[in-house]
Formats: sequence, C-alpha cells, structure tokens
Amino acid sequence: MHTVVMTKGVPDFREGQVSFDEDGHLERGKTPTVMNPNDKHALRAAFQTKVRNGGHVSLMSMGPPGYKEVLQEGMRDVYADDLYLLSDREMGAADTWATAMTVATGLQNLDDQPDLVFAGFKTADGETGHTGPQTCWCLDWPMITHVVSLDIDEDAGTVRAKRLVDGDISEIETVEAPMPCFIVADPEFEPTYRKASHRLNHKDLRDETQERAEEYEDYLTVWDHEDLNLDPDYIGLDGSPTIVSGVDPIPKAPSEREATIIEADDSEALVPILDELTPYAVGD
Amino acid sequence: MTDAVEEYEAVVVGCGPGGAAAAATLARNGVETLVLERGVDAGSKNVSGGLIYAEESAPYTIDGLFPDFREEATERPVTENVIHNIAGDKVKSFDIGDLHHHDTAWADAVLRRKMDSWLAQQVHERTRETGGGLLTEVHVTGLLRERGEIVGVTTEELDPIKADLVVAADGVNSELARDAGLMDWEDPDEWFQGVKAVVDMEPGVINDRFDVAPDDGAAHLFSGDLFDGVRGGGFLYTNEDSLSIGTVFHLDSIAEEHAEPHELLDSLLTHPLMAQWLGGEYDEREYSAKLVPDSKKAAHPSPHKDRLVLVGDAAGQMQAQGPIIKGMNHAVTAGALAAEAFADARARNDPSQAGELYEKKLHDEGVMDKLRPTGYKVFGQLGELSPVDDLSNAVADSAVGRFGVRAAAGLLERAYSSPRMVSMIPDTKLPYVTLPTVIAEELGEPVTDENTVSPPDLADRIGDLTYDVGDPHIELVDNSFEASGTAVTACPVSAQDFGGGCYRDETVKTNGSEEHLVSLDTQPCVECGTCAIVADTEWEHPAGGKGVEFKQG
Ligand SMILES: Cc1cc2nc3c(=O)[nH]c(=O)nc-3n(C[C@H](O)[C@H](O)[C@H](O)COP(=O)(O)OP(=O)(O)OC[C@H]3O[C@@H](n4cnc5c(N)ncnc54)[C@H](O)[C@@H]3O)c2cc1C
Ligand SMILES: Cc1cc2nc3c(=O)[nH]c(=O)nc-3n(C[C@H](O)[C@H](O)[C@H](O)COP(=O)(O)OP(=O)(O)OC[C@H]3O[C@@H](n4cnc5c(N)ncnc54)[C@H](O)[C@@H]3O)c2cc1C
Ligand code: SF4
Repeated sequence: MHTVVMTKGVPDFREGQVSFDEDGHLERGKTPTVMNPNDKHALRAAFQTKVRNGGHVSLMSMGPPGYKEVLQEGMRDVYADDLYLLSDREMGAADTWATAMTVATGLQNLDDQPDLVFAGFKTADGETGHTGPQTCWCLDWPMITHVVSLDIDEDAGTVRAKRLVDGDISEIETVEAPMPCFIVADPEFEPTYRKASHRLNHKDLRDETQERAEEYEDYLTVWDHEDLNLDPDYIGLDGSPTIVSGVDPIPKAPSEREATIIEADDSEALVPILDELTPYAVGD
Repeated sequence: MTDAVEEYEAVVVGCGPGGAAAAATLARNGVETLVLERGVDAGSKNVSGGLIYAEESAPYTIDGLFPDFREEATERPVTENVIHNIAGDKVKSFDIGDLHHHDTAWADAVLRRKMDSWLAQQVHERTRETGGGLLTEVHVTGLLRERGEIVGVTTEELDPIKADLVVAADGVNSELARDAGLMDWEDPDEWFQGVKAVVDMEPGVINDRFDVAPDDGAAHLFSGDLFDGVRGGGFLYTNEDSLSIGTVFHLDSIAEEHAEPHELLDSLLTHPLMAQWLGGEYDEREYSAKLVPDSKKAAHPSPHKDRLVLVGDAAGQMQAQGPIIKGMNHAVTAGALAAEAFADARARNDPSQAGELYEKKLHDEGVMDKLRPTGYKVFGQLGELSPVDDLSNAVADSAVGRFGVRAAAGLLERAYSSPRMVSMIPDTKLPYVTLPTVIAEELGEPVTDENTVSPPDLADRIGDLTYDVGDPHIELVDNSFEASGTAVTACPVSAQDFGGGCYRDETVKTNGSEEHLVSLDTQPCVECGTCAIVADTEWEHPAGGKGVEFKQG
C-alpha cells in the first residue's frame, strides 16, 4: 500500500501564535507557519492504513521552501515516511486550480504509484476546500469526501468508507470504491485500532518515524516545474484563472452592550450593584 | 481485514510489580507475551508506602529480574528503622532494625509512578522481542470463555484476545479474580485501607532532619492512641526529594469507627513528634489511597482456574508482617513463579498444567507460609475471639500489665524485632492501640516540639489531583444509608458534611416520610476500592486512560 497525503502550510491561528496588525491584517512575518490542522486528520487516516495494512505514507505539498518544516512537522507528529515538496518561483501565487494541476502532476511523477491519496477538508486560511477535489479531477479517480472511517480490502482492491452525508454526523453512509481512490478526510475522522497487534505496530512506527524526523531532509525530495515537466503558463500565477481583486478585513462586530464596572473592595461598594439589579428582580 | 480472534501465548493484565515480573520472566522463556495496562502510563494508577524489599529467601527479587532497578527506579535505601509508640504527647521509640534486616538483602523506598513506568519500558522492550509488547490505556473488563472455560480476556478498547495463559496481575481490585469467582468483595476484615501524602522536601533538608547520608534513608512507623482507637498505624519514608507519609488501617475498623481516613492521616501529620522532620512548612504534592489485602485472611490458597493465574494483590498476596508491609516483593515472586510454571508446563507440552504447577511452587518456595503463617493461625486468630481480646486488653491495661511493660522494656523491643512474634499478631486493638499506648505511657517521654503544620483540606487535596473523567465506573445498587452509608466516611475522598467528594449522605423528604439516602459522584474517585466492600455497588475500573492519574504514587 502506498498512500500520499496532500498538505499545505498555514499561519498558526492559535491564541498566542497568530499576530494581526492594527488594520486587522494578518502579519505573516510574525506568525509561524504550521501544517494545516485538517491535514493532520488526513495523515492520521493514511497512517491507519499503514498500521493496519502495511506499506508507506508520503506527504506532499506545493509551496515555498519554508514548507520543509511543515513537512517535518508531519513526520514528527503524524509519522509520515517520506516527504515531497513541489517548489519554485514559477509555481508561486497559484490559485486552487493551478495548485491542483501541479500537485496532480507531482503525484503522477512518483515512482511508486499511490493506491490512495488523501486531502484535508479545507485549509485554515484559504478555506475553499477545492484543492482536493480538483486534484482528483486531474487524476480522474473515484473520490470519497467527508470520510470518518476507513477499511481496506487489499485482496479485492477496494476501500470501504463511512462518510457524512450532509457534512454533519446526523447521517452517515457507507460507500465502497475501487482503488486507486481519492479520499477527503473529515475533521471527525477517528482512527480505530481494535487489535493489540495494530496498537503495538503503531507504537513501533511512531517511535521509528519520530527518530527519523530529526534527519527529515534525508527523506525529502524537492521537485521544481522542470522536474515535473510542467509548462510555466499552466501553473503558478499565470495558470491561475482566479483574480483576487482585493482583500478586506472583516470589521469587528460592534459591542451592543454597555458595561459599568464597579470596584467591589468592601461590602459598601456592593450596594450600587444591588440598586442596579433591583429593577430586574422578579416577585418579592 | 481478518476478523479472526487475536491470539497470544500469554496475556498479562496489569503492569505493577507482579505483572512486570511475570512478563519479564515469560519473555525470558521466549513466550509471546502481551501486557495490558489500563493507566495512561504504568504506575499512574498505583500507590504504595512504599518500601520494596528484596528477601534473601525469595526465589525471585526485582533487581534479579531487572538488574538496573535500584539505580533507575528507586529512591533511598532504608538504613534506619524505628517504631514509635505514642500516647498523647508521650513517645517511646524502639529500633526495629533487626526485624527490618531479617531476611532482607536490601529495601528501598519507591514512588510508583517512577518505578512502574521504568519497569514498563523494560517490559515492553523485552516482550516486544517475543512478538508481544505492552499497551497502556487498555482496560481489561473480564474473562473470555469458550464452553464455560477461560480462554482469554475481553477489553473495553480492543477486540477479545485469546491466550494459553492469562496472568491476572491487576492488583487489589482485580476484576478478573472476581470474574473467575476466586476472590470476592465481601468482608471488610480481609482488607486494609492505605492513605498517603507525598510531601516535598529538598534532599539536603532530608539529610539534615533525618540525620542520614545523601544515599541513605529512614523508615519510621507509628502506633498508639493518635488514631482514635482505629486499628492500624502510620509510616514515614524518605525519598530522594520528598517524604512519603501515610497510614494503613484495618478496613473493618475504619468502617466500625466511622473514621475519616484523611483525618487519621492529619492526626499523624500534626502530631508533635513529626515537628522535628516536617519543620514549619508543609507542601503536599499528592494525596492518594488504595486498598491493601491482608494475606493472612485473603491470600488464595489455590490462585488459579483453567488458563488463569492470579498474582500479587489480585491473589491477596500482601503480607503485613506486624508493622512492616510486604506486598510488592511477593507480587514479584509470585509473578515470576507463575511465568516459570507456564514455561515448565509448556516444555512438557501441557500448558494447561501451569496453574497447578504455580500453586505447587508457591508452597515449595515458602511463599504461602509467609503469606499465611502457621503461628497466626494458631495464636493470632485465637486472640481475635472477642472474649480473649477483651481479656488481653484489660490485662495489658491493668496494673499488672503495666508493671509487665515496665519490667519488660528490653524484652518488648526484642519482641517487636522478632519476625516470628510479629507474624502472630492478632488483628485486635491490643497490638495496634492498647499495647503501644501503654508502652508510651509507662516508658515514654513527652515530646515538647510544637507542630505548626496545617495539612490541606480534602477539597484542596482532590483539587490537586489529575483526572480525565470518563463515564461513571461505580454504580450504587442500594442507595439506602443502611446499605451504603459507611462509604460517606470510609471513602478517602468523601467526608460527612463535605459536598465535594464521591459519597454524600442526604435526607429526602417525600410525602411526610423521610428517607436517609446516599448519593454518589465518581468524578473525584481515586479508585481505592473501599466502597466496593463497604457499600452496595457495581464496581468496575474506569476505561483505559480515564479516571485519576497519580504523578507520584
Ligand atoms: C485571501 C487569499 C488570497 C490569496 N491570494 C492568492 C493569490 O494572489 N494568488 C494565488 O495564487 N493564491 C492565492 N491564494 C492561495 C490559494 O488560492 C489557495 O490558498 C491554495 O490554492 C489552496 O487553496 P485553499 O487554501 O482554499 O485550500 P483548500 O482547497 O481548502 O484545501 C483542501 C486540501 O487541499 C490540499 N492542499 C491545499 N493546498 C495545497 C498545497 N499547496 N499543496 C498540497 N496540498 C494542498 C490540502 O490537503 C488541503 O487540506 C490566496 C488565498 C487567500 C485565502
Ligand atoms: C498506602 C499503601 C502502602 C503500602 N506500602 C507498601 C510497602 O511499603 N511495601 C510493599 O511491599 N507494599 C506496600 N503496599 C502494597 C503494595 O502496593 C501492593 O501489594 C503491590 O502494589 C501489589 O502489586 P501488584 O503488581 O499485585 O498490583 P498493583 O501494583 O496494584 O498493579 C496492578 C496493575 O494492574 C493495572 N490494572 C488493574 N486493573 C486492570 C484492568 N482491569 N485492566 C488493565 N490493567 C489493570 C493497574 O493499573 C496496575 O498498574 C502498600 C499499599 C498501600 C496502598
Ligand atoms: S468512590 Fe469508592 S473507589 Fe472511589 S475513592 Fe471513594 S471509596 Fe474509593
């Protein structure tokens, strides 16, 4: 089994990490770039296939050289085996279409053709959710989205998945598809390991890849557009039909309520609070 | 995907000292061994005093099985051993070094989180080589049976697993021993309840206050009238940079006296005698509690059934040798003997003989004699008959008894140091309360130090613990006060008139009549097992990785 997970680096939007300027614009320089959180669900799903069915997991991203550390994070935290970065100037400023074209070509360029490709459900910044499905379109594979659990029948060459019908857990259906197949993992995806041997395997693989993540560059392949034989006109900015006309920060919601602050150091100071509240008291 | 039931040659449930010894010995014999532990980490559920002994007469010791054990997993060795008899502020101390050193190769203080997680790492490495390994956060819920016969285990997190050997090393509240019908949760007098505080202290301060070298340590034991007549005693052991201070009482006595375990611990912590060691400041790292079986009554003479063997606390193999508590060492011996028995049986092509062989080894190696000493059977149990008990208490407390105590001061100290004498001690007030009190009154000197320690209250103690709360794991079957009210006081994290604990008593008025009930909230439960015995409950452990997590243990 060879599985590939697609990932993107995004600003770390967590409290204490992210930084905005006065106008509410993201300060990219001051905000660390991390692996898109949803892609970790995808990687966990891929790792589950490795633990249960063997094989190996690759992680692929299109982006600037700085994404190397994002890929390392994927190796250290979610145990990817090898890493692919598609990167050069020509690929820069791609929209989802050009990104999908490039990544699909990257996938086709692999020596060991994948049985399964996983994408996350939306990124934390672009949030379109287009890149995965468009990549699949380029590959012309069957696709299962909103996947929450996964079983593989290697002998039959099929994958059976549970997926959310309307994107929420109120309705779940089970679908089956032949491999190779494209999977978009839902954030609700939970790997399950009901066999002791799977858990023991998980432990071994985790320890092993965490050790390897120290020297992740030994497992990293970087491809530029020439390696992929891609025409610059069809990738990057030139290959992107999307025109971003402008970006406006969403204004802060006006606060509707007025607040009175009462410093209650002693019991006397509490009297005004009582006075304030009395009109709202019910009954006697 | 295959749906076949997974099979291992051996499954070991629990990775305390008993499980670790069993697994290491199985692995050494090339047996494919899976170890299942419910804690987030081995040791995260475990509490002991604890001094781990290596007995000279034992066929297996922990450092024999794990050569770096003392280096890596223990605190300080015990080089000084004293018992203090207390009456009010009068104290008479006896050196019980002889009892301590009898049959002892070495004895070290341990903290279970550190000790067990180190052991678990070793166990995982060794068992992995045989095709098995150790998994944490797996709660084994019961025995897997085929045509009525035990063939493996069921768990909450994994599909059922079959094995030729199932080692129940799942401790004092063994669900497997109960499932097999080998042990029960009926009689409070078969159990002790241990409660403990780990107190922060700089290594240098320990060396000064206990007058020990940096690599030495002290063990102090306490008995007398400071525990309101509840039968049991206290202990204080020095760790590298902390103290373990605790109490161990007979559970029936805690129940009868409606004693509050945390208050008994506080009685020890605040006694003037402790001032010399605690100084003014007191920083409690952790409060913990657990039941302790009394092997004299609870050790199963034939701890096996089908493919199942019980080792350690699960089999009641916990010896109270007078004031000295020996559970971990026996768990180690039993675990290794059970493994050896399986290896022997397998070599004879009849693994089903493992249980019988294990039982034989327990007897032949003298383990059973230590756990259920003949002297206790003859004298101790006689002393527990109530007319005899009343009489001896009266005599000890009478002018004649007191004269005897004065005259026999030297003899008494020797008696306390005699392993044979202390093994005969009956479970009555006489040895735990009356005698130490009389000794202190007649021979003791008052302690004049002032103890200014104020231990944290129960709410703070509970608040300092770490929990990942799962579904309630204890169900009250009968919530009437008559059936389950004892738990309100006996539960170490509950108390009368305290709303933040597990058990609360409630008076419910309905249509003019009044009912006295008990309610249960398992959120702050430390999984000690007490209410499985003193209340009417359906008692299970929480799911793997859920519930309380001890950082010290
Ligand atoms: C405000 C804004 C302005 C932008 N401006 C420009 C611009 O001017 N020019 C421009 O070209 N682009 C621009 N982008 C970036 C670009 O359009 C998308 O961010 C990118 O193509 C991925 O789309 P997405 O973030 O919506 O990902 P989604 O489609 O939401 O991602 C779904 C999944 O696809 C996979 N995936 C996504 N991106 C990659 C990748 N790079 N490599 C590998 N796998 C991936 C991941 O598995 C991810 O979970 C802009 C984005 C935003 C939000
Ligand atoms: C306060 C106190 C003081 C003590 N002092 C001493 C002392 O000084 N010296 C001494 O030798 N002994 C002492 N003891 C006793 C000693 O702690 C025990 O006898 C000893 O720990 C028994 O070892 P064991 O391996 O049988 O069980 P445990 O150490 O209890 O280990 C059982 C293991 O099984 C796991 N487990 C339980 N149920 C399940 C399940 N269903 N599924 C999966 N895993 C499970 C537990 O998490 C645990 O890791 C003391 C005990 C207490 C409470
Ligand atoms: S609820 Fe029961 S098991 Fe839990 S701490 Fe209280 S007595 Fe112990």
